[in-house]
Order: sequence, then C-alpha cells, then structure tokens
Amino acid sequence: MRSVSIIGAGCTRFGERWDDSLRDLVVETGIMSIEDANVGGEEIDALYVGNMSGGRFVEQEHIGALIADCAGLTRLHVPSTRVEAACASGGLALRQAVLAVASGYSDIVIAAGVEKMTDVSGGTAADALAAAADREWECFFGATFPALYAMIARLHMHQYGTSHEQLAEVAVKNHHNGNMNPISQYHMEISVDKVLKSPLVADPLRVLDCSPITDGAAAVVLAPTEIAKKYTDTPIEVLATAQASDTLALHDRRDITTLDASVYAAKRAFKQAKLSPEDIDLAEVHDAFTIGEIAAIEDIGFFKKGQGGKAAEEGITHIGAKLPINTSGGLKACGHPVGATGIKQAYEIVLQLRGEAGKRQVEGAKIGLTHNVGGCGGTALVHIMSRR
Amino acid sequence: MSAAPRFWRHIPQRYNLEGTHCPNCDEYYFPPRSICPNCRRAAQMEDYKFKGTGTVVTYTVIYNSTEDFKRQTPYTLAIIKLDEGPRLTGQVIVDPEEVKIGMRVKPVFRILGKEGDRGIIYYGTKFVPAEGSV
Repeated sequence: MRSVSIIGAGCTRFGERWDDSLRDLVVETGIMSIEDANVGGEEIDALYVGNMSGGRFVEQEHIGALIADCAGLTRLHVPSTRVEAACASGGLALRQAVLAVASGYSDIVIAAGVEKMTDVSGGTAADALAAAADREWECFFGATFPALYAMIARLHMHQYGTSHEQLAEVAVKNHHNGNMNPISQYHMEISVDKVLKSPLVADPLRVLDCSPITDGAAAVVLAPTEIAKKYTDTPIEVLATAQASDTLALHDRRDITTLDASVYAAKRAFKQAKLSPEDIDLAEVHDAFTIGEIAAIEDIGFFKKGQGGKAAEEGITHIGAKLPINTSGGLKACGHPVGATGIKQAYEIVLQLRGEAGKRQVEGAKIGLTHNVGGCGGTALVHIMSRR
Repeated sequence: MSAAPRFWRHIPQRYNLEGTHCPNCDEYYFPPRSICPNCRRAAQMEDYKFKGTGTVVTYTVIYNSTEDFKRQTPYTLAIIKLDEGPRLTGQVIVDPEEVKIGMRVKPVFRILGKEGDRGIIYYGTKFVPAEGSV
C-alpha cells in the first residue's frame, strides 16, 4: 500500500443556503479544493462523493455522475462514485478515495461530500434522517433520530451519573468554537442555562443539544505522498483509514451507551498508524447530539467509559486545553449537512495541521483525528492525519 | 410510513411478538432470524411466541416527531428487554412522569398509526406498566 496525502481542501459556508442548489454547492467546493491543490482537470483519476439522501431532500439520485458533470469533467469521462452510509457518507467517501490511491490504482482522487437539506420541511427532513435508523423495528413505532440518542443519553446518565449540565457544556464549547469559524452555520455564544431552558425535543435532549439541518459541501484532493510535494508545500499525510459496522437497531447493541463501531474503527486506526490516543493533538468527532461527543471521546479511547461528561465539564476538550475536540464548532455549531460532514471534519484537520485555522488554531498541532458516525452507530469511520 | 405489503408480512411479529429460538444455544431472537448468529448453520431455528413481559432498559419522551406521529406527541418510547432476553423498541402508554428505568411492562394491542383519514390503519404492540414495577 502506498502512503496517501491530502494536497488540497475546500469547504463551502454551511447554513441555510436557500439561494443555492445542490449543484451550486458542489461546484463551489470543487473549485476551492482543486485550486487549493493546483491540479488540472485532466490529472483527476476518480471522484467519490458522500451523499446520504439526495432522493429525499432534492429528489435527485445519481449524484456521482451529477458532480462529475457539474465539475466540468464530462469530456474527460472521469469515473465518479456516490457512496452512502447515512451521516457517515462523507467519511466513507474519504476512505474510498484513500483506498483508491493507496492501492496504486489511481493517483489524483477527489473525495467530496454534499447535502442540500433545506428544500424540504423540518418534518420531512426528520423522516429522511430517520431512515438511517431501523425503519421496520424502530421508526415504525415512532422512533426519531434525537429519540435514539436521547435513550443513549438517559442510560449514560443512569449508569455513570452524567448530568445534563455536562451534556450542555459540549454545546457551549462547540458554539464558542463555531463562532470563530467563518464557514459555521451559527455565530453565537450560548450558555449552559440557555441549553437547559431550550425546548425539549426528545427528553432529556433539548433543541440546543441537537445539530441543525444544514446545506453544505466539502472536498479534499488526494495524491500519493511521494508526489504530493509537487502540488503543495504542506501535504497532510493520511496515516490511517478505518471503518467498522454494528447492528442497525440501537436495541440490538452489546451495550447501548457504547458505539462499538466507533470502538473498533478507532482501534483499527490506531493500530494502522502505530499510534495511541495520547498521541492525538486534536480531533473532530461526531457530535450530532451532545451525548454523541461524550460517547465518542470515550469510545475512541481518549477517556474511560463514563468519564466523558466529566471531561466536558472540566474543559479538557477546549482549544488551549489538553485535547481540543471539535475546533470547527462540530456538527452542533458549524452545521451538519449529513453527506458533507465527514469531509468537513477532514478539512478542519487539514487547516489545523497546516496552521491556517486562524483564531481556532491549536498551537503546534501535528496529528489530528476525525470520527464520523452513520446512524446512531451502525457505521463509524476514523481517520488519522499528520503534518509531513 | 410503510406500504401495505411491507406491513402485512410483519403481522405475526407486530401483533403477537413472534420470534425464533435456537435450540442449540438456547438464545431467543426478536424479530425472527432464520440463521442463529452464534451457531449459524449448525442449528435449525424454531418459531417462538414471546410472553411479552419485560423491563424498561432506557426511554425517552418525544416532543418533536416525524410527520406520521405528530398527533401523538408527547409520547414515551422505550427499549424493552423481554424476559426471554431479546430487546426491542416500542411505545409505553404511561404518564411521562412515571416511566422509569427498570419498570416492568406488559404488551397491549393498539393502533400504531394510520395513513391519513382514509388510509390504512396499522395495528401492533405497545406496552403498559405491569405488576412488580420498581
């Protein structure tokens, strides 16, 4: 296997982009990433795009061909593949692209992610997202996505004494980080009190425990590390790409408060990179809900099971502290265009490792990790990246 | 919500909580599995009707639902561990203030939903508090 590096990255502004279509978002991010990488169209060997539900959100499938078309690559007939793993579609697209380059089959490959979610009502969006859960044995009885994470939160609180204040600390931190990120959906500080007083969605989770509905797209350009310096002075090497799966239904899990897919993906990634959790300088983790970040930092191995809430409360995960988590603002504040999220996480780590993260910069960051979850843990992807 | 055939083929499970049992390792499965994940082809699964009694493992009260369940909010959804072992997701008909982890529940036959005013009505199992609740 060849070593693979990211030579370019781009990400659109996240938010309610009512004036832009899915196509506009793809073109915007595609141009940003290609210009950043200094590659020409004829050099591109393949495209992979993560998209969860174009069919439900904009009544458009066949997103692979669509993005090649929009990117102006039709005359070159570049192979383009859409991949889907619910909210982990972006992370999965990145993994497919890394494997394509690592195998030697392709040289320059683009991994993109896109979701246009605000063309439908909130209820329709909630139903489309619920399709990531077990439609026959969860949603049929009234389960929603927040409800499944709420049941994880309830049991986590019961078993480990995690408090709602600790959950709220995750949202407060991520809004603070997102406020410093120009692409964020939200630029506003919130308080623990504000989270605890926001309307209930699925008890114990409230509106400000949940990531929003978002439009956005992101892309990264990959190349074999041996030629990466031809394109950029600051290639970011992908040290590990790992994936794991688990039962679709939450009720069938070995332990409801642990996402075993995250545990296994992280273990595999650390083994591949020959690193351990202590070596990581910063991480972007899947905080679709505040409890998601707490479970993630435990499941990846940064903190012991049950200690995630305490870590959030003590501020260990803030920028400037021991282990900054979700410097981009996470899914919570930066926004969560589901298919794009996994690529946006990589984009943030690339900026951080290049030293280009502005006010959010983690000083001396050398090794970063991304963690992207599909559903409430049916799929998980972990990538580890390093500055060359 | 699902189309009619998709619902009809699950009537035995949704009306009567029918699953399967592996005589080789004595594990129970709901919904039914034709192959035991422990024993795979070494065992022949047999049909099994669950008693339906169980315990609340975790729960939530849903205030913000998908379109189909809007008229039922707020409602309580729980993961329930059946006495034979398997867990499932279902609604518990109970005052949201009273539901607790560890609460004993039993099954009842109820309307789960309907496709508009003139569409198909879906029936199935919900749960209510049972004797011996903690």
